[in-house]
Amino acid sequence: MATQLHPGDGVADAAAHTAAHTPTMHGGWRGMLADWGSDRHAFQVSWGKAMMWIFLLSDTFVFSCFLISYMTVRMTTTVPWPNPSEVFALTIGGESIPLILIAIMTFVLITSSGTMAMAVNFAYRRDRARCAMLMLATAALGATFVGMQAFEWTKLIEEGVRPWGNPMGAAQFGSSFFMITGFHGLHVSCGVIYLLVVATRVLRGRYERTGNYQIVEIAGLYWHFVDLVWVFIFAFFYLW
Amino acid sequence: MSEPILHDSPMPSHGGAPAADPGHGATGQAHPIGLYLKIWGLLFVLSAMSYAVDYFHLQGALRWTLILIFMIAKAGLIVAVFMHMAWERLALVYAILLPPLCLLVLVWLMAVEADYTFLMRGEFFR
Repeated sequence: MATQLHPGDGVADAAAHTAAHTPTMHGGWRGMLADWGSDRHAFQVSWGKAMMWIFLLSDTFVFSCFLISYMTVRMTTTVPWPNPSEVFALTIGGESIPLILIAIMTFVLITSSGTMAMAVNFAYRRDRARCAMLMLATAALGATFVGMQAFEWTKLIEEGVRPWGNPMGAAQFGSSFFMITGFHGLHVSCGVIYLLVVATRVLRGRYERTGNYQIVEIAGLYWHFVDLVWVFIFAFFYLW
Repeated sequence: MSEPILHDSPMPSHGGAPAADPGHGATGQAHPIGLYLKIWGLLFVLSAMSYAVDYFHLQGALRWTLILIFMIAKAGLIVAVFMHMAWERLALVYAILLPPLCLLVLVWLMAVEADYTFLMRGEFFR
């Protein structure tokens, strides 16, 4: 490389280059941040979107730890695992339908993902009213989901399911159930609040000044992730 | 929601503000509503099919295979279309999608360990 053949020139070039780009070298914390930042972009997206993705990646590991520990306790127990198909059955019109509440919850969450995806589209079209309405619909569906989950928790607690034991079989069923669905429900609840906040701001025209509606897409990423986690919980906890 | 008006018709200009450029990363991910509706429908069908696996009491390898297939298909559609991964640059795609593969190692480790624990419990605590 040329800079290695003529070290003096290279250093001078680099110095001139640096001087041209950063007229003043900051010290202290600002300096440290500037040095580490170095103006290098690995991801060609806004920082908000990159950070949301990295948060979701970390959240993936949290949920995976729950699901993998569930796998471990289910494999290690010598007592039969309660049959989720029967535990989560509901009696409607005198007939016991297996897993029906969970199926409805799944459809509610998928529907909310659909409305959220459309809200992102309308946000970029600057159709504020439709965007906010779709986001509010998403939040309402999310709240419905949490409500159904609360119903399910109540039902199971009444049937004697506890984190340390239950009448249907392996004691680890309760702890896995409350931990996994509880943490997911917490995510849905946070998502509902997040969506309400963003929807209100969209409606008030807070983003009209900059015309940047990417916040809706970022909130959408979070919401779709919550739906994504449910896909895995549905498959591994309820169907397996 | 009526579809015709939602396709890429030129937007009405808002006070001379530059129109958002659909489909480009700089302004954001904007795709036709019709696409989202199709994926939504597909997710509904796939969910119904995974529920049918339970409803018709399929058992054994067939049950697990079907559950996994429907799960992966649903997860793939959500990540690729709803979360727009299909249109992101590879640097971001790999940074987000590759690290979770490490979890497969953890799954394997814990499965081996769980197997051992199960045998020990069978031996001593039955």
